[in-house]
Amino acid sequence: MNSLRKFDFAALGACVLFFAVVQGLIFAEIIGPFWELNIILICINIILAVSLNLINGYTGQFSIGHAGFMAVGAYTGAVITVKLGLPFELALVVATICAGILGFLIGLPTLRLDGDYLAIATLGLGEIIRICILNIDYVGGASGLMGIPRFTNFAYVFWIMIFVIFFIKNFKNSAPGRCCLAIRENEIAADTMGINTTKYKVMAFALGASFAGTAGCLFSHYFFLAHPASFTFMRSFDILTMVVLGGLGSMTGSITGAILLTFISAYLSDFPEWRMIIYSITMIVLMLRRPQGLFGNKELANFMLKLGGKK
Amino acid sequence: MLKVEDINVYYGAIHAIKGISIEVNEGEIVALIGSNGAGKSTTMRTISGLMRPKTGKITLDGQDLTNVPAHKIVGMGLCQVPEGRHVFANMTVLENLELGAYLRSDKDGIAKDMEEVFKKFPRLEERKDQVAGTLSGGEQQMLAMGRALMSRPKILLLDEPSMGLAPLLVKEIFNIIKEINASGTTILLVEQNANMALSIADKAYVLETGRITLSGTAQELAASEEVRKAYLGG
Repeated sequence: MNSLRKFDFAALGACVLFFAVVQGLIFAEIIGPFWELNIILICINIILAVSLNLINGYTGQFSIGHAGFMAVGAYTGAVITVKLGLPFELALVVATICAGILGFLIGLPTLRLDGDYLAIATLGLGEIIRICILNIDYVGGASGLMGIPRFTNFAYVFWIMIFVIFFIKNFKNSAPGRCCLAIRENEIAADTMGINTTKYKVMAFALGASFAGTAGCLFSHYFFLAHPASFTFMRSFDILTMVVLGGLGSMTGSITGAILLTFISAYLSDFPEWRMIIYSITMIVLMLRRPQGLFGNKELANFMLKLGGKK
Repeated sequence: MLKVEDINVYYGAIHAIKGISIEVNEGEIVALIGSNGAGKSTTMRTISGLMRPKTGKITLDGQDLTNVPAHKIVGMGLCQVPEGRHVFANMTVLENLELGAYLRSDKDGIAKDMEEVFKKFPRLEERKDQVAGTLSGGEQQMLAMGRALMSRPKILLLDEPSMGLAPLLVKEIFNIIKEINASGTTILLVEQNANMALSIADKAYVLETGRITLSGTAQELAASEEVRKAYLGG
């Protein structure tokens, strides 16, 4: 336990150092706009993957509607800065809360389902959110909401990402987090142990949804526009791929998955039609060779401690 | 202590439990026996709140349980060990036991009960850092029972504790059930192994297709011609 806590501080130090180096390189223009964009995209994807991992990996509820919540965040944030002219910080907070509330409302009825049925329901809900937005003229309908100022920069995404990672990591080790793990392990047993399973499933779902909202808000304020086509099922699938590639239930796995897949997309940006093919092949090979994902449900720290001979 | 009065339970249109009444007094071991599909497990699941009766009433020490959600019933002192054990497979034995005490906050009491559980199940102490999914069937049954005891129940519901276990282990498990009862926990037991169940029970009910067909003290039932023919192999 102690060695893990030390690891936390070391990680935080490394984060500060990493931030300073990357920010410096951006200032010095050694990292050009293309890679800056990708670094920011990586951070946003990490937020999305880690928050989806909270629902799918820790609580074991298979949700594939994450893009829907991201869209809610993106549009709510954009309405606040563009239509109402309020500050970006407020937009971030409201986007997070709105997506969270929606997650709560949607979670209450749908989390009665499980397995394939929950997956189908969340997939449908993601699409419903998108179609609704598509038909609201106030936010631009099918042509999207344009003219969003670029408030998002590396500092914002990086530190929000670090916050989300630490939040979810601590959540996992808290009492409600343990309940979520117990639900994943065995819902019947959790129920007979006196755990209010519905409460914790909805809690995890709403938390995951709210962080997806944050990511959406950051996303729309970097790319100048919020467009319904950015939040299709493909986006949900992207996020899911990152989580499954890294290993369901592994935080460091989700982060690795997000970094890897964002890089692959960046390299393939000249031939986008290849992207989905490579994704599919990656998934098929992974499922054949390592069905539990790169890290299984272990964390990178577990591997490092094992290598160091400690346990 | 536990009173089930004339409950009717349905699976959709299927009438699974047809007006069952059971009474368990403090300190007793009560057994429900019957063949497959008689409704034993359904009765248990209804008592612990995992299913709801359409009509009828369930009370524990006079408190109505009929519409209390399952997770609150545990706090009222009724804990079920579900059929098929259901341990948290990827957690260690210790973590499983700690989860059993989920609703409690008295650290000293929990530590003491943990010791008690380890005294009853020395095998669990030997394996406390082992992942529960790698335990043998008998050990998993012990763990599920130990975990239930960690919630310090007034009454413990055991659903088929002997299912899929070797005869030697069945004997061990039943000895432990007797021990648990001797230290003050009331027990309601569902079993297909009628011989074993009747050998430790004070009272028993025989279920057939959703109805209670016979009831009485364990000795009476063990001696009854009908029960011997149907469940005890002659």
